[in-house]
Amino acid sequence: MDAHVNVTAMSEPGPADAPVNRASRGYWANVARRLSRDKTSMVCAAILLLIFLAAILAPWMGLADPYKGSMIRRLRHLGAPGFPLGTDELGRDMIARLIYGGRLSLFIGMSPVVLAFVLGTSLGLVAGYAGGKVNTAIMRTVDVLFAFPSVLLAIAISGVLGAGVLNSIVSLTIVFTPQIARVAESVTTGVRNMDFIHAARASGAGDFTIIRDHVLGNVLGPIFVYATGLISVSMILAAGLSFLGLGVKPPEPEWGLMLNTLRTAIYTNPWVAALPGAMIFMVSICFNLLSDGLRSAMDIRN
Amino acid sequence: MDRNAASLPQLEDLGGAAQPLLRVEHLTKHFPVAGGLLAKRRTVRAVDDVTFAVGKGETLGIVGESGCGKSTTARVLMQLAPPDSGEILFDGMLVGGRDMSIAEFRRGVQMVFQDSYASLNPRLTVEQSITFGLKAQGISGAAARKVARDLLSKVGLRPEIFAERYPHEISGGQRQRVNIARALALSPRLVILDEAVSALDKSVEAQVLNLLVDLKTEFGLTYLFISHDLNVVRYMSDRVMVMYLGEVVEYGPVESLWARAAHPYTRALLSAMPSIDPDRRTQTAPLAGDPPNPIDPPSGCRFHPRCPHAEPVCAQTKPPLFAVEDEAHRAACLMIVPGSGHSASARLPSAMRDA
Repeated sequence: MDAHVNVTAMSEPGPADAPVNRASRGYWANVARRLSRDKTSMVCAAILLLIFLAAILAPWMGLADPYKGSMIRRLRHLGAPGFPLGTDELGRDMIARLIYGGRLSLFIGMSPVVLAFVLGTSLGLVAGYAGGKVNTAIMRTVDVLFAFPSVLLAIAISGVLGAGVLNSIVSLTIVFTPQIARVAESVTTGVRNMDFIHAARASGAGDFTIIRDHVLGNVLGPIFVYATGLISVSMILAAGLSFLGLGVKPPEPEWGLMLNTLRTAIYTNPWVAALPGAMIFMVSICFNLLSDGLRSAMDIRN
Repeated sequence: MDRNAASLPQLEDLGGAAQPLLRVEHLTKHFPVAGGLLAKRRTVRAVDDVTFAVGKGETLGIVGESGCGKSTTARVLMQLAPPDSGEILFDGMLVGGRDMSIAEFRRGVQMVFQDSYASLNPRLTVEQSITFGLKAQGISGAAARKVARDLLSKVGLRPEIFAERYPHEISGGQRQRVNIARALALSPRLVILDEAVSALDKSVEAQVLNLLVDLKTEFGLTYLFISHDLNVVRYMSDRVMVMYLGEVVEYGPVESLWARAAHPYTRALLSAMPSIDPDRRTQTAPLAGDPPNPIDPPSGCRFHPRCPHAEPVCAQTKPPLFAVEDEAHRAACLMIVPGSGHSASARLPSAMRDA
């Protein structure tokens, strides 16, 4: 995408252009316009923006200390005076825990997808563009990782590496890289056989230049859509790892871990116990719907 | 490369007018077909021992049914697929050898593809598509844009309207003009037109053909014109080469070929041409059946299973390219080879038999 934007910026507008005809819009400007017309996507984007801003600005929002508990105000119900969303099993304010929890949860949920996006796209691009033996070597290796269900693979790798934020990011990156590589490879293979790539090769351009100017702009879109969809899975898997004790350790606020520690209160205080799950649900459904909206906004045919 | 150069100069003429611009010798390209686990690996003989030459400033037309190897020949020529064997000589220099690198060759030869949409990057504007090759060759952005705008007006597109457009915003004919401009941007000496007008409707096709004729004179180009449309090939070409199942079956000057086609396949193609005159319409299909599978081409003359004049000898002997009247017009048919064993060859006029 960046490559595309740069190329667009280089073309000078020229004074003669303006009066003759409407200025043609670039592809991404078109996509953005179509996406902004989609109500569902815009609502989801607004919710996500809100959650992100809250997570980032948490220390300056005047919230209660998310680590400070009190044995006398444990498991307050929703709407309890002073604690609109109740308190957890150690008497900590749920609002503060949920907002602070977003910081770790979003970080652990999204960074594996970002890392896998970079890694998987590189692998898939090379495999798809080179074709032949290089393709076979890369894609068969990737297939080995594909043989395991993602949850099992994430748990296994995390188990081997040990608990911790960094290790769960590493393990989730390993889980998602093959999936993105697979998508990147198939899109690249399709683009590589287009005549405009042949024409570019015939003009004497090197492989790097062709990939930068001709391949990247045409493959990043579909891969990006797929990766956006993966964020929801990643959020859930990351929460799952924390729930199993393979991710974040107490007393850190993190939605998956909170779900685990609050599960003892599921019969006494079900609404409060379900709150971290609701956050995970909301964020992942928003990412999913946004990715759907992006997919249809990018599907521009003539 | 001088980054301040205003445009790329055309490659220098070396061998003079008499030396063909392009010589192709025994060009062969086979594609392996993946068999089953236990099946024998087989090959498609897409291009089989093809030899021809294109003179400077002429247009060589290549015709044949789909699947006869026309486009594969073009792609192998453009080095988009490596040939299995054979040599390509550009103005006397061996391509890919000591004389001329593939990169140099690509500056001298450009190609226009059939699918005008697939051959333009949908994410780039018309101008960006044209300047890409120039920038790759080391021309600065500003100079490349100037060349692109000049070329756009040369191909009949007003730069102020079209330079900033995306491929999906312009018509098929306009896109093909952009493709032609892109091919000309690198100042090639030879342009391969692979079914370049076949996807256009008739009125647009005529405009683009006339444009191609004009550009040829203006830039001193040589064309390799690949098409399945014989009317168009006749209009454009000086000489025509007929291909069948990866082989050359006949070639010659266009008038000689149309007047005295010697190969039954060429005759069948010519008689299959649609005519506006109702009295000249062909009533029967000149050729029965589809071309045989190029995986296992027929023995001897590859055309013999569909040939109305086939005799047993045709299945055994592979006919050479034999002069029909003069050296310039040759055909690969046993009927014109004296003493070949085909009954028709015995009835050849004595002058030819002695030749």
